[in-house]
Amino acid sequence: MNWDHYMEKRRKPLSEKGLREKISQILKEVDVVISWKMGFDPIHATPHFIRDEKEIEESVFNVFCVHNLTTYLPFMKEKVGIVVKGCDSRTLVQFIQEGLITRENLKIIGIPCSGVVDVKKIMEEIGESPVLQAEILDNSSLKIRTLDGEKFFQIDSVLAQKCKTCRYPTPLIYDHLIGEPIKSQIGWDKAYEDVTEFDKKTLEEKLSFWKKEFEKCIRCYACRNACPLCVCQDRCIAESRDPHFVSQKLELPEKFMFHFIHAIHLAGRCVECGECERACPMGIPVKMMKKKINYEMKQLFDYETGINVDDKPPMYTFKVEEEKIKEHEL
Amino acid sequence: MGRNGFLRKDRLEAYLNNLSKKGGLYVPKEEKGAIVFRKYSGVSELSLKKPATTPAKSIIYLQSETFFRFMFEKEGNGLDKVNVRIQENMDQEIRIIFGARPCDAKGFSVIDRVFIDTDTQDVYYKKRRENSYIATKSCDSPSSGCFCISVGGGPFDEEGSDAQFTEINGGYLIEAITEKGNIFLESELLEPGETYLEEKRKRKEEVERLVKEYCERVGKIEPLSPKLRLFSDEDFWKKHLSKCLSCGVCTYLCPTCYCFNITDEKTFYEGERIRSWDSCMFFHFTLEASGHNPRPDKFKRFRNRVGHKFMFYPERYSGQIACCGCGRCVRFCPVSVDIREIVLELMKSEEGGRE
Repeated sequence: MNWDHYMEKRRKPLSEKGLREKISQILKEVDVVISWKMGFDPIHATPHFIRDEKEIEESVFNVFCVHNLTTYLPFMKEKVGIVVKGCDSRTLVQFIQEGLITRENLKIIGIPCSGVVDVKKIMEEIGESPVLQAEILDNSSLKIRTLDGEKFFQIDSVLAQKCKTCRYPTPLIYDHLIGEPIKSQIGWDKAYEDVTEFDKKTLEEKLSFWKKEFEKCIRCYACRNACPLCVCQDRCIAESRDPHFVSQKLELPEKFMFHFIHAIHLAGRCVECGECERACPMGIPVKMMKKKINYEMKQLFDYETGINVDDKPPMYTFKVEEEKIKEHEL
Repeated sequence: MGRNGFLRKDRLEAYLNNLSKKGGLYVPKEEKGAIVFRKYSGVSELSLKKPATTPAKSIIYLQSETFFRFMFEKEGNGLDKVNVRIQENMDQEIRIIFGARPCDAKGFSVIDRVFIDTDTQDVYYKKRRENSYIATKSCDSPSSGCFCISVGGGPFDEEGSDAQFTEINGGYLIEAITEKGNIFLESELLEPGETYLEEKRKRKEEVERLVKEYCERVGKIEPLSPKLRLFSDEDFWKKHLSKCLSCGVCTYLCPTCYCFNITDEKTFYEGERIRSWDSCMFFHFTLEASGHNPRPDKFKRFRNRVGHKFMFYPERYSGQIACCGCGRCVRFCPVSVDIREIVLELMKSEEGGRE
């Protein structure tokens, strides 16, 4: 897939000073601001819940800020300020469409984003050796010093898969925007090339692909819990005892069942933030199933998730005569 | 250490082929983005470079296992008498684990205390543990998030291992630790190992220094006092765990977590009693039949996890903490929750609070 330089130019790292000033400003209006800070090593960022002016100093924004912070929102009762990238902002739009959050209780800081890295990919390249220092050089490369020595990466070569086909680098909804908007040149078809490519496989090939992938699943439910649109959470039918849909056995049918439930529940709701796949410790490409369903939703209903707050998700409504579903004519 | 032997690398395949004839041989294998323990099927898939994504725990303490099957049978034509027939399901397989890490093996001794060294033994786990042989590979360097030395382990720790092998001089020096470990030395492919002992001693010193240096950033982790005041401070837990997703990554990848659930999976006339791993991070873990849940939110659940590993367990088992420092919960947490940071802060508050 050729996706080189789809954005005009990789942006200079954001001035964190501007971000911190904005956080400081909205912290006066809300109870908590959710941002990022650096985690246990220099290539892992971690969500940062700011309740006190003193905690603002630690906020960062860089290529390691991979998390979609909106995932916490549907369960929070307080007034929240939140920092979002372009992709994350689509979740907010979807939340508002579904009535899962109250817009008035939310202050949004948007950041135009030219991509985040796939931390797993870096970890693999450095053989999981402890990282001592990470530095972003000339906006396009990374210098990572581990116990084994120094390694250089082009950021583009370790970019998260979703960023390579990002269509919305600039947040679609915000109260404050930090930095200049970025435009993407990626068309809809291009963004779904991986899906159409995979679809060319035979049914047997696809089945054996997924069998092999789901064999690894340990049913830790990280994919579900990281998913911002998986709002059943504690009431999930994968775990419920009554009704007892999915057995406690650790066999393929149970794993398939859970992942299909997850994917089907997200039909026309998944905003493709990729958190499910990122959270998976076993490296299962769970996002692809959801992308495939989104692809079908676009074909059937000409609908794309999380773009416009006034849209009605197709599964939230119905038409007596659907334009592209001709079951009445059978 | 007991007997030893040296295996040249070009003989590894033949050695493992022979070993796999003595029982089910389980080795770490690379499977597209993860390293998992699977039945040995050839040396080309063996992956010993870095610790496996999932620990060896699941080979002996299965994630899901059937205790027994049951059938209801009517006696005669009357409806008043139904018999229950039970069919036992005791696993008799000999299991040989080759290539776990010392921390994985140490994890088993944490579980042994609970399931075996007690008067209410878990016969299923015990049987499997008795029938298992573990050879660990000593580590070459620390991995991201490791902290074995901070919790009293080490890259050459012997606790829980039956044998240990060290990669040196284009081969492996294999040393027996327990009587059971001799199974790894009963091979004509091995050369005498004595001449390599000095080399191994040097390697051990070097790696231990490296790991120690890395663990020094963490420091020593000690059991927490039950009198700790900060432990009941809800704001402390909220500060650290607002970001927790409440998923099961940390517990399911942990070599020492052993909590489980029991379910009767049944149709009308028959069924199975299943024991499967459970995770204290899940809402359902403490959900009672009445609908009441004593740990309804993630702060309380995580506090229990920290308490169990660093306070309640050491209290019950003479100061041993239920953590082997493998670092998986740190390395694989989707939101980078760092349990070390939390425990250290609790320890620090304890020091400050002491008279």
